[in-house]
Amino acid sequence: MDLINNLSLGFGVAFTPINLMYAFVGCLLGTLIGVLPGIGPLATIAMLLPATYALPPVSALIMLAGIYYGAQYGGSTTAILVNLPGESSSVVTVIDGYQMARKGRAGPALAAAGLGSFFAGCVGTLVLAAFAVPLTEVAFKFGPAEYFSLMILGLIGAVVLASGSLLKAVGMILLGLLLGLVGTDVNSGVARFSFDIPELTDGIGFIVIAMGVFGYGEIISNLGKHEDEREVFTADVKGLMPTLEDFKRMTPAVLRGTALGSLLGILPGGGAVMAAFAAYTIEKKTKLQPGEVPFGQGNIRGVAAPESANNAASQTSFIPLLTLGIPPNAVMALMVGAMTIHNIQPGPQVMTSNPELFWGLIASMWIGNAMLIVLNLPLIGMWIKLLSVPYRWLFPAIVLFCAIGVYSTNNNTFDIWLVGLFGFIGYVFIKLGMEPAPLLLGFILGPMMEENLRRALLLSRGDWSVFVTRGLSASLLAVAALLLLIVLLPAIKKKREEAFVDE
Amino acid sequence: MNIKSQKDFFSGLLFTAVGVAFAWGATKYSLGTGARMGPGYFPMMLGVLMAILGAVITFKALVVETEDGDKVGAWAWKPLVFIIAANLLFGLMLGGLPSIKFPAFGLIAAIYALTLVAALAGEEFKIKEVLVLATILAIMSYLAFIVLLKLQFPVWPAFITG
Repeated sequence: MDLINNLSLGFGVAFTPINLMYAFVGCLLGTLIGVLPGIGPLATIAMLLPATYALPPVSALIMLAGIYYGAQYGGSTTAILVNLPGESSSVVTVIDGYQMARKGRAGPALAAAGLGSFFAGCVGTLVLAAFAVPLTEVAFKFGPAEYFSLMILGLIGAVVLASGSLLKAVGMILLGLLLGLVGTDVNSGVARFSFDIPELTDGIGFIVIAMGVFGYGEIISNLGKHEDEREVFTADVKGLMPTLEDFKRMTPAVLRGTALGSLLGILPGGGAVMAAFAAYTIEKKTKLQPGEVPFGQGNIRGVAAPESANNAASQTSFIPLLTLGIPPNAVMALMVGAMTIHNIQPGPQVMTSNPELFWGLIASMWIGNAMLIVLNLPLIGMWIKLLSVPYRWLFPAIVLFCAIGVYSTNNNTFDIWLVGLFGFIGYVFIKLGMEPAPLLLGFILGPMMEENLRRALLLSRGDWSVFVTRGLSASLLAVAALLLLIVLLPAIKKKREEAFVDE
Repeated sequence: MNIKSQKDFFSGLLFTAVGVAFAWGATKYSLGTGARMGPGYFPMMLGVLMAILGAVITFKALVVETEDGDKVGAWAWKPLVFIIAANLLFGLMLGGLPSIKFPAFGLIAAIYALTLVAALAGEEFKIKEVLVLATILAIMSYLAFIVLLKLQFPVWPAFITG
């Protein structure tokens, strides 16, 4: 069989001492920066890019990839313990993960995230290996109209996910989309909404918004509450491993998350973030079993599903990069940079011209996932110790990590001024009951959405019906409409409000 | 006129204001047509949508009854001011500000400044404890970010290192 031959070639490459070492360095670094709030894989990969000049291309890519999927593991730890998304894709893990930690169930939450991630990572890698070739043909059928419709679907999903007012969630998405447009317009070269500030022509950094709104906003709000009502996590963590009941509940969630993540990972514009959102939304739509904790209050499925989904997606998002040469997200865009440094043109020809690179990278991901589960399970005890640190010691450290993380992305103090502004805005959001998660998704999708809308309408000569006359696009929009309809149905609307009533 | 939901009322106003601002800003760029969109087209569309949405939210907040009026509640001015100030001071100390001739003090000094000011935001402030915390953070950050990750930060004050 071809696949076996290819994989054995890959493992031959990945099992050399030097590549094993770089895979380990990547995974360790990935976990570390995933755990540290405020410094994400994007910044780390960007920083290490120049350092990979001297390495052989395979080792360089293996290490950089390890940082990316390693950060998915570490990111969930921060999300659960510190209520901060360590990475954009763990935004939804915060919702139930942190609630579990508050109820003294940080151990099972971490284990669910780790085990789910491991399973999903293995499956994702297998999908990548087995379906890289045939799946590109599906992706080939996607035109700009389909991408636009897909993003609409993703955003509608985010609205359904938001707690509280639907209208306000839509507003937050629109706000996110608009903020995403700040900076130079790629088509015309016009710097939009930049107020003649040179730093703003590159757009507002994702990290700036995430850290300001989620980091500072939350800290300020926490400190504003009185001691008794403040959301301090308790230190009594009972048992690391999930109970049998937990396993029963998380297993189907992990399976669903993995399947969804693998699927959404290959779609450009989707990737780990959208996969996590979609997986969470689906879990929330399934019926609660008797005695199960509602979502938003520490349901283990709300941790297992998105964490599996983002890990599966982070593996399969290499498919469009390696097969089509299209980076589906910002991290993959940096991988394009890494490949071009080594004179490798990303695209369909990589598989045939550099088979040892293609299959070596894939094989290394499986090895990396195995390393990560070993790295994370024994280390989990260490992260739990962080829980016993009083908040008055913890919050200055979080403020510091945020500031350092923000500064290190561009080595620019301007971003620090900006994060101060977004910290204030984030606090206003909390005070006015405006949920920030949809804003973040809108922010990431804004430029992509505009680009695809432009292309779709350019191809159709300005005819908006293109979105419903193309079968694939029409069905994506139909699903989005259905989702919206379901949420708006009076009976379900009432249930939804009940589910969020305690937040 | 009676505001039924304070939170919704103000968020609606906020949406409308920002939507109008973006739409107004978009008029400065060429709009183009559907087939050939200019840089102003998409922001204009979104801005108008958001302004309308904000108006709807505001209207609902005036009409639909809520149980407790959804009060915004008191502002936590103390943490707000100190956390933001700590952040800004960190930037100022780390990179300096040439326009006001403020020299760069580097990472270590900036960490002490940030920790001291941020700690003021809490309910308890014990100077000894804060200094210990700042020292630990400074050492850890130095090891993690400078030694391990090799971030390009100014570590020591510019007037010492030259």
